[in-house]
Amino acid sequence: MLTEEEKREITAELAHCEHKSAASIEALKVIQKRRGWVSDASIRDIAFLLDMTPAELDAVATFFNFIYRKPVGRHVIAVCDSIVCWSLGYDQLRELLQKSLGIGLGETTQDDRFTLLPASCLGACDRAPAMLVDEDLHGPVTPEMIDGILEKYR
Amino acid sequence: MITIYIDNKPYQVKPGQNLLQACLSLGFDLPYFCWHPALHAVGACRQCAVKQFKDERDTRGRIVMSCMTPVAEGMRISVDDAEAKAFRKGVIEWLMLNHPHDCPVCDEGGECHLQDMTVMTGHNERRTRFKKRTHRNQYLGPFINHEMNRCIQCYRCVRYYRDYAGGRDLNVFSAHDHVYFGRHEDGVLDSEFSGNLVEICPTGVFTDKTLKQHYARKWDLQTAPSICVHCGLGCNTIAGERYGTLRRIMNRYHHDVNGYFLCDRGRFGYEFVNSGKRIKQPMLSPSLSPSPQGRDASTSSPLAGEDRGEGDLQPFDKESVLGHVTGILSNSKGIIGIGSPRASLESNFALRSLVGPGNFYSGMSEPDHRLISLIIDIHQKGPARSPSLRDVRMADAIVVLGEDLTNTAPLLALSLRQAVRGREFEAAAKLNIPEWHDAGVRNAGRGARNPLFIATPAQTRLDDIAIKTCHAAPDDIARLGFAIAHELDPSAPAVRGLTEGTSSLAKEIAHSLKDAKRPLVIAGTSLFNEQIVQAAANIAAALCAGSTDAALCYTVPECNSMGLGIIGGRNLDEAFTVMDDGLADTVVILENDLYRRADAGKINAFLDRAKHVIVLDHISTRTALRADIVLPAGTFAESNGTLVNNEGRAQRFYQAFVPQGDIQGGWKWIHAIMVAAGRTTADAMQSLDSVTATMADAFPVLAPVKDIAPPADFRIKGSKVPRQPHRYSGRTSMHADVSVNEGKPREDADSPLAFSMEGSEEQPPAPLIARYWSPGWSSVQALNKYQQEVGGELRDNGSGKRLVQPDQHGKPAYFTADPAKASHAMDAAIVPAYQIFGSDELSNYSPAIEERAKAKKP
Amino acid sequence: MERPLTKNIHPGQEPLSLAEYEKAGGYRSLRKALAMPPQDIVALVKASNLRGRGGAGFPTGMKWGLVPQVGSVPQPRYFIVNADEMEPGAFKDRLLLEGDPNQIIEGIIVSAYAVQTEKAFIFLRREYFLAEKRLKKAIAEAYEKGYLGAGILGSGFNLDLRIHSSAGRYICGEETALINALEGKRAVPRAKPPFPLACGLWGRPTLVNNPETVANIPHIVNNGAEWFKALSACADGGTKIYGVSGRVNKPGAWELPMGTTIEELIEDHGGGMQKGYALRGIIPGGASTDFLLPKHLDVPMDFDSVAKAGSRMGTGTMTVLDDRTCPVGFVHNLEVFFSRESCGWCTPCREGLPWIEKILHAIENGRGESGDLSLLEQHCRLLGPGNTFCALAPGAVEPLQSALKYFREDFERHIREKKCTWK
Ligand SMILES: Cc1cc2nc3c(=O)[nH]c(=O)nc-3n(C[C@H](O)[C@H](O)[C@H](O)COP(=O)(O)O)c2cc1C
Ligand code: SF4
Ligand code: FES
Repeated sequence: MLTEEEKREITAELAHCEHKSAASIEALKVIQKRRGWVSDASIRDIAFLLDMTPAELDAVATFFNFIYRKPVGRHVIAVCDSIVCWSLGYDQLRELLQKSLGIGLGETTQDDRFTLLPASCLGACDRAPAMLVDEDLHGPVTPEMIDGILEKYR
Repeated sequence: MITIYIDNKPYQVKPGQNLLQACLSLGFDLPYFCWHPALHAVGACRQCAVKQFKDERDTRGRIVMSCMTPVAEGMRISVDDAEAKAFRKGVIEWLMLNHPHDCPVCDEGGECHLQDMTVMTGHNERRTRFKKRTHRNQYLGPFINHEMNRCIQCYRCVRYYRDYAGGRDLNVFSAHDHVYFGRHEDGVLDSEFSGNLVEICPTGVFTDKTLKQHYARKWDLQTAPSICVHCGLGCNTIAGERYGTLRRIMNRYHHDVNGYFLCDRGRFGYEFVNSGKRIKQPMLSPSLSPSPQGRDASTSSPLAGEDRGEGDLQPFDKESVLGHVTGILSNSKGIIGIGSPRASLESNFALRSLVGPGNFYSGMSEPDHRLISLIIDIHQKGPARSPSLRDVRMADAIVVLGEDLTNTAPLLALSLRQAVRGREFEAAAKLNIPEWHDAGVRNAGRGARNPLFIATPAQTRLDDIAIKTCHAAPDDIARLGFAIAHELDPSAPAVRGLTEGTSSLAKEIAHSLKDAKRPLVIAGTSLFNEQIVQAAANIAAALCAGSTDAALCYTVPECNSMGLGIIGGRNLDEAFTVMDDGLADTVVILENDLYRRADAGKINAFLDRAKHVIVLDHISTRTALRADIVLPAGTFAESNGTLVNNEGRAQRFYQAFVPQGDIQGGWKWIHAIMVAAGRTTADAMQSLDSVTATMADAFPVLAPVKDIAPPADFRIKGSKVPRQPHRYSGRTSMHADVSVNEGKPREDADSPLAFSMEGSEEQPPAPLIARYWSPGWSSVQALNKYQQEVGGELRDNGSGKRLVQPDQHGKPAYFTADPAKASHAMDAAIVPAYQIFGSDELSNYSPAIEERAKAKKP
Repeated sequence: MERPLTKNIHPGQEPLSLAEYEKAGGYRSLRKALAMPPQDIVALVKASNLRGRGGAGFPTGMKWGLVPQVGSVPQPRYFIVNADEMEPGAFKDRLLLEGDPNQIIEGIIVSAYAVQTEKAFIFLRREYFLAEKRLKKAIAEAYEKGYLGAGILGSGFNLDLRIHSSAGRYICGEETALINALEGKRAVPRAKPPFPLACGLWGRPTLVNNPETVANIPHIVNNGAEWFKALSACADGGTKIYGVSGRVNKPGAWELPMGTTIEELIEDHGGGMQKGYALRGIIPGGASTDFLLPKHLDVPMDFDSVAKAGSRMGTGTMTVLDDRTCPVGFVHNLEVFFSRESCGWCTPCREGLPWIEKILHAIENGRGESGDLSLLEQHCRLLGPGNTFCALAPGAVEPLQSALKYFREDFERHIREKKCTWK
């Protein structure tokens, strides 16, 4: 069940769309922002609101990288693995993050605090190696900085 | 026609098409996947690449996708170009990277387009050493099996299912090389047209689950051209048999009727033929068989063991049963014959001949009979034409009165989905986007639709494409219809006391129809409402009066409702009266379960009164249970005959296999009875050709039936047309459990088809096409080779002949609206609700249909 | 030297508010434009020789001239700013979007007026949160001031501007895929023709431009075509936001005259290679461009010169390959990106790129085989322009084909020695 507030926020998007389904990505993001991820139940609820079938909405949802169709932790770390970050220490950054969090790529820490994901180029090549924690861009990230950065996200 | 140069040779081609269509129509073997003549081009698979040159001097050229390239006067291309060939080979190689190498055990093998194309491009060596990607399969319901690993991502399934058929629960998920085609979660596919995925999918992802239960290879199936018996539209099918059971139904292309597609009832309803409820031997009631002489105790009967009150029917040999029949017939005080709208013209006609025209009853209830006769009358008088499904697909304004088409005439519903798209094509044309550019048309079309108005008692599955729907009681629907007609032509009778809403809707509909070039009115018999049928006729007549080329389409309940209507006779209720009045004491019932047509009390009384009840049928209906004598009739797959569809088109179906025991077509049994009874007229019923000839004499309107298909003595270079493919296997051993001697194939005196693999390899005339195959093309895509141009007519024009031709210059005689019958009280009307899965008699005996009927609606 | 695009940008600081922007000369061009007939602006842009900064360098004025005339097709028509910037190595649009959102918005309004569209979108990649925040604020201010909305500055011109923030996918940068994404569909490209200019968003004429392209417009209107051409060191008009990333001392992006040489970019602005690293090659304009070598250092970075040198200027943001990084690993990383970002629509890209990626992975990890290089070369040919549905795959094989040419010995050595000698 979507909350009234969620519905209101999605409905507000509809005002700007030629078809309800045009708001699909916005709607998915509204729910994801509030719930962290998009469950099957949410897919059904949003689809209903947009006059779409679950299959139609999921076809869109599963296409995009940053619609999470599986639960994620409270904070999502997206580490850029594209060319510049790769050249400037992605491997080491990833390893250190994995060690410090005790998880592999695509996994979530036991305490649900962090999910670690690889990401395509973040558009921060001048700040490589870079990573995004939730909405904050960090870079260049040196090994010494990692603990300090993680500390900020409780 | 324009000239294009392919590998430096000039060819004449039709303008307006794409290069792939043109090349295929010219007979070039150009591989393709994502293109389909009904779905058009999207350019996704890149398999159809050719070289295009700027002019004669250009030797380098550039690779283009033929499906996305319009033909143009003077254009120069090469199919043979080395670079183009290498690219096409490369595409197959990519597609095969993740494709399982299980052709020998894959159920698509032998009729797989991917297999054909792989051979065609010469890809025969695996160069990759990496692991294949794998997917999980889904449960999609009783009809369709899902095997995603075989997927080559041509996107045809979703394009067919969603874009063509309007289904919304199948889609493509994820991206890059993870794309997945299926449902959001496991579950029964929602579309009533899901079965076409089997033929649309160029490989074995979506396969026929019912075939899987009793699998046989395409080349091991004995097949015959057939006609669907599950509604009145007469879709053309191919019936395939192995080891005495029917294994599957496939589409048989008919340019004007079903095109490339069938509905799921038509495709999966066939298993009644294999049902445990089949009647396989002649049977007698104990009252007729005091001595066990002639009794065949070797088998048990499906009729045995059921409570008939007076003891079980017992199987007996053919001769003694025929003896009983002739005995009864010669001693009876009066015999009546009851025909059937699900039996062929020939069987009905033979029964009529046996009992005499005056004693023949149609077997349709009074309202059905009346409506069918009315419809035939309307069609014959004109002026509106009765459209084929193809005409329906071309209509540009449509009003549907009373029919829930998805449930009463499924393929008509599918055709309407295409009709409403006309506006999109127009919008695209304005931007110079050709019709075959599927995505371009959809983008430019912005979902614009031709006007479709639906007035029905309840919601329908077509409401989503209607610009307006109206839910009303049947009589109110009729009033709306009359009002539309009056709007169109003031001389058409007016309806008084219309509500404001109805009146403005009538105006709106009239306006749309009048503006259209090819308006179409659809009504039918499912509500048993004569007024609706008449109102529809009025609308069409009013349009014609305004000199519009209007089409009038009626749906009818059964596969030969129209044929039976033409033969005529009296209705079932009148048979009750005759029996009541003691004017007859014997009744011969042909392929008809009377209990489906009238109140059980009435039928019981009728059958109680009859001294002798003789039933010819293939399935043990409640009626058959009440018989004294039962003769095992052949189903459509085991007999030959003609059916007349709703538009008045007579089409031939052919026996696919020789049934076990004494099963034979209804008219053949009647012939046998006539012979046993020493009737001099028996000869006229001896063969299919003689029945149709006799029928033509009796009914001039049925004369064209003689010519709808070649006569039995038709030969191609001296040979018959084989029902078995030339690679049919196991012939010498398939009956080895019975005898090691290979028996002589059964002769077929009724048709030019042979129960054999020997015969002509040439393409037969359209009505005799038993399968699609061409060297290098073993899948259904071989159909291209049977058409004059891809997507066009079959080489030897389509099959079937129109029996009713409207008098297009006929003066419209309007029916008068009957306001007395009008009622506004929707809740007071009880209306029948047809179900595609569940309402049809025969398909209900198919386990898959039964399971599907139980699946909950979305 | 004039730096019209970045003069108000001070990295690390908040961008100018609308009031500050106005004070700095902002929105003058809009007032001027509204007084001009729209087609005069199109002519002015044509005369300026501005070429699209989205990568292909299509002349902007010419593109605008192809927008169907008002009245010839049904309204509305759409204008989309393509701020999907997801090409590895590219980050120049971010600089403009974050640094001076008002400039982008003014550019959009003037452009929209020039081609007479009443609805505009900024299609923003999902990860540009800061840019999104700043743009939203600037848009709200512009609406408040009457620069956006109905009857702009008392003229008869209306413009509605919205931001669509994406959900991640490189292919969204391809303009027709972008349009599908805006329609709420899977971002798969569309077949062309019809081009978006004729049939785009919702089937209507749609113009798509890069943010940097758009940012130039106010300045051209304010200062004229001759001024604009004079900014450049070559025939193409204007300045260019160039960038350098990789093992240089000062990676970054700078506004410089169009036609600045590669050497100047790396040495003078990028601060030269880091100590202990030497330059082996560059991909000049993002991941989908062919490698150039140290011998190309004197090539001016403009569309034609880079093309003549055998590559493409693309986004103008170059990435350097140093001598301590394995070229095979480098190219493999690029192909990981491209195969992951393939939309999955056409066969060559969907199937060919993962195969390429696997072969490169095998080579890099000492499992290369003798036929691998010819297989890779074959793929470079088969995935060429025209063979695939859109330009993603042809772009993907550009760095590969040139790496096979320039760094062949490295590939061969991997296969021969069955290991990566950089590891
Ligand atoms: C795979 C692919 C990705 C692209 N990504 C971008 C992008 O992120 N930003 C952009 O402006 N153009 C991108 N383009 C180019 C656009 O399709 C389009 O040509 C450009 O936005 C036009 O703007 P311009 O005329 O101002 O250069 C991409 C093209 C392709 C094929
Ligand atoms: S529409 Fe009717 S005739 Fe055609 S396949 Fe379906 S059930 Fe059969
Ligand atoms: S058939 Fe032409 S690209 Fe698929």
